[in-house]
Amino acid sequence: MELVNTGAKDRYLENLLRGQPPAGSHGWLNQIRAAATERANALTVPTTRDEEWRFTDPSPLLKFSFQPARGAQRLAQADIQRFVIPEASSDRLVFIDGIYAAELSTHCGNEHGILVTSLAQGLSSHGEILQQHLARNADFDNDVFCALNTSFLRDGALVIINKNVAYPAPIHLLFIATKPETAVYPRSLVVAGPGSRCALIEEYISLAENVYFNNAVTEVVVGENARVQHTKLQQESRAAFHIANCAVALAREANYISDTVTLGARFSRHNLHVLQTAEGTHCVLDGLALISGRQLADTHTYMDHAKPGGNSRQLHKCIVDDAAHAVFSGKVLVREGAQLTDSAQSSRNLLLSDKAHVDTKPQLEIFADDVKCAHGATVGQLDAEEVFYLRSRGLDDQGARSLLTYAFAAEIIDKIPVASLARQLRHTVMEKTQLREST
Amino acid sequence: MNNKNILLEVRNLSAEVAGIEILKGINLVVKVGEVHALMGPNGSGKSTFAKVLAGHIDYTVTGGEVLYQGKNLLEMAPEERSRAGVFLAFQYPIEIPGVSNSAFLRLAYNTLQAARGREELDPLEFDDFIREKIKLVEMDPSFLDRSVNQGFSGGEKKRNEIVQMAVLEPKLAVLDETDSGLDIDALKVVANGVNHLIRPDNAIILVTHYQRLLNYIVPDYVHVIEGGQIVKTGGKELALELEKRGYDWVRAEFDAARAAA
Ligand SMILES: Nc1ncnc2c1ncn2[C@@H]1O[C@H](COP(=O)(O)OP(=O)(O)OP(=O)(O)O)[C@@H](O)[C@H]1O
Ligand SMILES: [Mg+2]
Repeated sequence: MELVNTGAKDRYLENLLRGQPPAGSHGWLNQIRAAATERANALTVPTTRDEEWRFTDPSPLLKFSFQPARGAQRLAQADIQRFVIPEASSDRLVFIDGIYAAELSTHCGNEHGILVTSLAQGLSSHGEILQQHLARNADFDNDVFCALNTSFLRDGALVIINKNVAYPAPIHLLFIATKPETAVYPRSLVVAGPGSRCALIEEYISLAENVYFNNAVTEVVVGENARVQHTKLQQESRAAFHIANCAVALAREANYISDTVTLGARFSRHNLHVLQTAEGTHCVLDGLALISGRQLADTHTYMDHAKPGGNSRQLHKCIVDDAAHAVFSGKVLVREGAQLTDSAQSSRNLLLSDKAHVDTKPQLEIFADDVKCAHGATVGQLDAEEVFYLRSRGLDDQGARSLLTYAFAAEIIDKIPVASLARQLRHTVMEKTQLREST
Repeated sequence: MNNKNILLEVRNLSAEVAGIEILKGINLVVKVGEVHALMGPNGSGKSTFAKVLAGHIDYTVTGGEVLYQGKNLLEMAPEERSRAGVFLAFQYPIEIPGVSNSAFLRLAYNTLQAARGREELDPLEFDDFIREKIKLVEMDPSFLDRSVNQGFSGGEKKRNEIVQMAVLEPKLAVLDETDSGLDIDALKVVANGVNHLIRPDNAIILVTHYQRLLNYIVPDYVHVIEGGQIVKTGGKELALELEKRGYDWVRAEFDAARAAA
């Protein structure tokens, strides 16, 4: 590629980097941002020649020129009412095109041992905790999208759960896209203190079928003996680009349970990186991608058993219709000395049309000898005998197929601990499995 | 033949699966109110016949015809047959992970109700309805919450088939070896359940290997199928004779009769 006379090696990135917000008043954060900017300048947009992007070609992104959102779109409570999750209505942070909407956010838990607020707010009140964790988990040295996000880091969502607080209600982080052609950099930090418990819902939705680019980074720090239940719901516009990096650090005996549901975006990439920093952690990484039309949904997970005695369970399912393309890459690394690791991974994929496509790549790398690791992958169509059984009971062919597809998805959805959300998702899946688009 | 009591009329039906001819000219007339037993050695084509009646796509009809209530059954899709009152209790019921038994039963019931222009039941109403129905075969209500047939024992699956029959109230029920896999007590219970579902306006074809079932559900006719043909038809006493003498003599008789003709 021809280099132009600028700091950035990659012209596309150079353009994106132009809209950066000015430096703030926290020196340490300015330093991180400067370092991230430097990395973004040095890196390039990946191509399918990069091993980590072998199945997913990011070049469609390059066809659009995205600008940072200028000025916040104002929404009324009524506009977002349909996204309110009843169980999580007491603690909700709302971001509109990446900009914090204080008037739509609620923080009932702040008197009960938790802090749910904007990062900007937290920088002044909880600077020390932020300095300790923010941008320390999500690696921007080697990931250009993470570097971009970090270079734009000025605000975002902050959740802190104090030591030994078991917070009963789920906390809802709601990212709403409204404007076309914008590049948005959602950022979230969750710090669960030792012995604490919480449930998070991280949700991306759109008010219109616009083309935009959401480049999100989420960091979750799970303290000793703490338990975090994390549901990520990606329902972006079907014309949007969604690239997300989620980095999780687990302390001794920490529990992290993650459900990732991918329904939207024309192009999505979810990187989930879990690092076991101490012994005896428990981790569940479940996922469901339900896509159709010409959607592409890529889930890359990386479970790093760096210490002994960790266990991890993973069930990832893709349901792919029409000419859609799903990618799953699940890496499990068991480092030297990480004895008694117990890891099981399963990738199950359902293809609903001849043109549907899935690439699944489980990757086990084991450098310890006393471990139990299993993985398996299946790719298939609906079972003809099951379809016939249902039809012999009066369901028509389409009804039988959508029920079976629904059942395949339900295994993941039923694990979501928030009842109304699971119900809503069941409904969405039901609708989607009946919906056939022409390609 | 234009008898309005005739529910099913099978004329010279032949069918193949995977390119192999299995049914070689079946003839059978079933009138309302009748119970027919269909017996015969393993691999003789009993289940094939049952699946052809239910409309399984793997089985290709190569000749003959099947009239159900005077209409061409073979032209109907499996779900149309079901909605018209044809029911097959599978020899090997299918497991459907992820679909709860009660949701499945309700969906099947409501689909049928809608097709018949009758009112559907909401989950609460259906719950009352289904709890009554499962008493018929003494099924534990906990089976309603489990995935359809998943992890059910052989006998539990067979009971579940009869629960479905009770819900769908078919006109023509084909029970393919519903007795196999049932223990002695369960056999009585399930047979008793089936007897409760027999009405003057419906009919049953019982596929079985054992005379035992026929002590509880007494057939009007017993047919022997061999090599894809009905080689003998008799009354209920034929089952007793088969139990004693096996099938060889039936075949011999059939071949002799054919040679003479
Ligand atoms: N899908 C299939 N593919 C190949 N062969 C088949 C298939 N289905 C049935 N057959 C064959 O057709 C023949 C008849 O099978 P069928 O199941 O109808 O026998 P059956 O009389 O029900 O036997 P059983 O008493 O053992 O249940 C058998 O030889 C069987 O192997
Ligand atoms: Mg059989």
